[in-house]
Amino acid sequence: MLAYILRRLLYAIPILIGVNLLTFTLFFVVNTPDDIARLQLGAKHVTPEAIERWKVEHGYDKPLMLNAAAAGSAQFTDTIFFKHSAAMFVFEFGKGDDGRNIGNEIRTRMGPSLAIALPVFVIGLLVNITFALLMVFFRATYLDLWGVVLCVVLMSISGLFYIIAGQYFIAKLWNLLPISGFAGGIDGIRFILLPVLVGVVAGIGSGSRWYRTIFLEEIGKDYVRTARAKGLGEVRVLFRHVLKNGMIPILTGAVVVLPLLFMGSLITESFFGIPGLGSYTIDAIQAQDFAVVRAMVFLGSFLYIVGLILTDISYSWVDPRVRLQ
Amino acid sequence: MVRIGEILLRAWLLGLGMSLMAGCSDSWNNPYPGSEANANVLYSAFSERPKHLDPARSYSSNEVEFTGQIYEPPLQYHFLKRPYTLIPLTAEAVPKPQYVDAAGHALPDDAPAASIAESVYEISIRPDVRYQPHPAFARDAAGRLRYHALDAAAVAGITGIHDFAHTGTRELVAADYVYQIKRLANPRLSSPIFGLMSEHIVGLKALGEALEKSARDNPDAELKLDDFPLVGAEVVDRHTYRIRIKGKYPQFTYWLAMPFFAPVPWEAEVFYAQAGMADRNLTLDWQPVGTGPYYLAENDPNRRMVLKKNPHFHGETYPADGDAEDRQAGLLADAGKTLPFVEEAVYSLEKETIPYWSKFLQGYYDSSGISSDSFDQAVQFSSGGDPQLTDSMREQDIHLITAVAASLWYVGFNMLDPVVGGLSEDRQKLRQALSIAFDYDEFISIFLNGRGIPAQGPIPPGLFGYVEGVAGLNPYVYEARDGVIQRRSIETARKLLGEAGYPNGRDAKTGAPLVLYFDTMASGPDAKSRLDWMKKQLDKLNVQLVVRGTDYNRFQDKIRKGNAQLFEWGWNADYPDPENFLFLLYGPHKKVGSGGENAANYDNPEFNRLFERMKDMDNGPERQQVIDAMLEIVRRDAPWIFAYYPKSFGLRHGWVHNVKPNLMANNTLKYRRIDPGLREARRDEWNRPVLWPIVLLLAALVAVIAPAVIAWRRHERKTA
Repeated sequence: MLAYILRRLLYAIPILIGVNLLTFTLFFVVNTPDDIARLQLGAKHVTPEAIERWKVEHGYDKPLMLNAAAAGSAQFTDTIFFKHSAAMFVFEFGKGDDGRNIGNEIRTRMGPSLAIALPVFVIGLLVNITFALLMVFFRATYLDLWGVVLCVVLMSISGLFYIIAGQYFIAKLWNLLPISGFAGGIDGIRFILLPVLVGVVAGIGSGSRWYRTIFLEEIGKDYVRTARAKGLGEVRVLFRHVLKNGMIPILTGAVVVLPLLFMGSLITESFFGIPGLGSYTIDAIQAQDFAVVRAMVFLGSFLYIVGLILTDISYSWVDPRVRLQ
Repeated sequence: MVRIGEILLRAWLLGLGMSLMAGCSDSWNNPYPGSEANANVLYSAFSERPKHLDPARSYSSNEVEFTGQIYEPPLQYHFLKRPYTLIPLTAEAVPKPQYVDAAGHALPDDAPAASIAESVYEISIRPDVRYQPHPAFARDAAGRLRYHALDAAAVAGITGIHDFAHTGTRELVAADYVYQIKRLANPRLSSPIFGLMSEHIVGLKALGEALEKSARDNPDAELKLDDFPLVGAEVVDRHTYRIRIKGKYPQFTYWLAMPFFAPVPWEAEVFYAQAGMADRNLTLDWQPVGTGPYYLAENDPNRRMVLKKNPHFHGETYPADGDAEDRQAGLLADAGKTLPFVEEAVYSLEKETIPYWSKFLQGYYDSSGISSDSFDQAVQFSSGGDPQLTDSMREQDIHLITAVAASLWYVGFNMLDPVVGGLSEDRQKLRQALSIAFDYDEFISIFLNGRGIPAQGPIPPGLFGYVEGVAGLNPYVYEARDGVIQRRSIETARKLLGEAGYPNGRDAKTGAPLVLYFDTMASGPDAKSRLDWMKKQLDKLNVQLVVRGTDYNRFQDKIRKGNAQLFEWGWNADYPDPENFLFLLYGPHKKVGSGGENAANYDNPEFNRLFERMKDMDNGPERQQVIDAMLEIVRRDAPWIFAYYPKSFGLRHGWVHNVKPNLMANNTLKYRRIDPGLREARRDEWNRPVLWPIVLLLAALVAVIAPAVIAWRRHERKTA
């Protein structure tokens, strides 16, 4: 398995280079180094000399990808692409265009992102599986029918609506929780309750529908009939046998997103004032801060690859028939 | 299943209970710790995190909101007096320039500008002004600076400025001001005003070049500014320094009220330059060191920023010289009392307007702006058109604050464009016709909820040169009817358009319809309705308007290269002088060719000549006469459609005192006073938790789960 993981990690290098190249190309198709400098220097009293000085200070005065004036390997290494990308492969993200250390920012913001994303993920998974199993248990009854209707209704509503409605009713009208904000330690619980509640409720529709489909497929299989024939109760059949066998597709969906929880949620963090990585990314895009954008895209790609590897490992763990070679 | 539901519910209630206990507050939705109840703390918000807090770099309003309270330039604006008046802050007096000729001989105050080679400003600062407590000043028993030779191991455990156990302070000296002026030329700081100031301060340009060369030759070495002389800024004695300005530049005193000219202690720069500091975001750009009434005690721009009272703040008292209106508004109740009043100011990051507005109504923010979404909830207009608060706002003892901003929005014509540009009479008439057609009175009513004043020229109200009422109207677009200013009729515009060679919107020679192009970076549903409105305005003249939407970068590029035809632009005053607006139309400042701020590329020799005369004049009837002549030229030439002067509307709670809009001053926090007891009482009253929804939710859960349990039991008991 170790060899498999190492091989997969080596495969990741060209993928990450490709992602980096694509990000770089897309970014500089719409932004020139001059544009970035102007945005950083502000709209007033900006002279061409000031732009040149800024570019020199921030390493944007070099050619984008090929330095024809340089000799040898410097043709490739003395470029904006190389100078801004090479260090990322050892997770040295450098500084944002505003001068702040990106690695420091990522470390600081990961916690708040996880504080929301992890409970939403875990509680959401539990609630969705439970709700799906309930619908399966009461399949072909009015409870199943109305459960499905409820799921369709829930998944048809925009995520933004849940946020605004949650803030309006729970925080503004009923005064039960703070409308937005964040704090560390135990005082932070009251700030994350509302976004977690909103996140879980917003995910019930799609999550439960999907798991219901998986469990319904399982419940028609021979081993379930055998279990019932042995006299096992329906709850035991569902929770011991159906759930275990239904775990493979659930793991596929769940484990792959696990590392991405670090990246946070763009809208939730923005509305609830959570100082996480989601809002960091969106701020960087708005500010055209290439250094931060490329770092976050790189990190997202890396975590996605890690997620895929973890999925493969978890496959072999839950299904002994699967072997990693 | 029921057990899982119970566990989740219990966990939620437990978490809620624990956190509420931790908060120790009667209001469950209070975002602040219970320990802050009744504290003399002001609560505000910021929607965009500041990029720079270094006084050499910070320029945006969201940055000077902090640097203005921390750093102290030598001058400040009087809090109450209008028109805006400069008064000393750390200086002993507002400096009066000494003019000298090319030979260095002193000239009288009324010497002609042409004879003045240099203006010398000698500034004496008050003694016994001290810096905030900071580790950069901490000294050990031997008197050595304690934290100026940190090795990597010593820095390794540091995560923030509070991790340094010792702090110190020292007296402010004139050298700190000179040091900061040199910093403006530091290429590694990219000060936005370096280009402008290098044209005015003697030797600053040369210093910039020397520093740039040094930085290029030794890219890894720190630039030691003390090793580089600046002839235009020198220390006279411990508390006096001198600045030499090329020629006459009376507006320079206004710059002396901005954080760009605030003092920076060399100790702070040396402290932050140590290895490992920048990696921890410990830089002067993020951890300011000043002498102001507040210091930045907590700097987490991702969540909140906290200003605390500087224990070393020098004495300053609340102004006593306001007018009768100020007295009536209670703005002189604290006259003579020691500043600052508020112990602490907490600024929370609030990106979205909905939570910001809701928290303001809950009493968790002391003041707020009014977004378009909440405007109708907050403000209504009387039959006379005056804005007033709605009943619900008045019931909450919320107060409305309005002010006309020292800003201008305009639609610019590219004067280099072959269709709309040029100074010939027919082009003037074309632009005048379009100026009449764009009904900005209607625009203000529809899109700004009345938050604006139709502009009559480039100078906004409150600045010298602006003339109120009928006497100040733009006669090419407006006329006085029964003493009321009214826009000229669309028939007048059609007539002008015909005289311009486009009768009924068609070229008189070719018969082709007149098609104009409007470049904009506005997008989205809100922008679409505004752009549709613009098209509709020109439809009145049978002129077609094609909107060319683009992003910010492309838009800037088009303006720089002179590729736009019509465009929308605005300007906020740097200082309260007409020069700061009229220079936007000065020919040598054209965008194309010189990269200046004249985006319309307007270049009228007569206007340029008058501008050169006006900019060096002192305010008075003679200067007003010159300005009037300039306004007449620019109104006739119409390189801009003068759109509107925006009006800012703000709200404050009844427990916030000493609020008077001062659009020039950025250090007004020290004047604010709050009544924490009243605030706490109101918060408790407004935020009592409503518990019936929890009961209802539990009942609903039981109602849903009970039949399921019954059905399950029935199912389990069923025989096969």
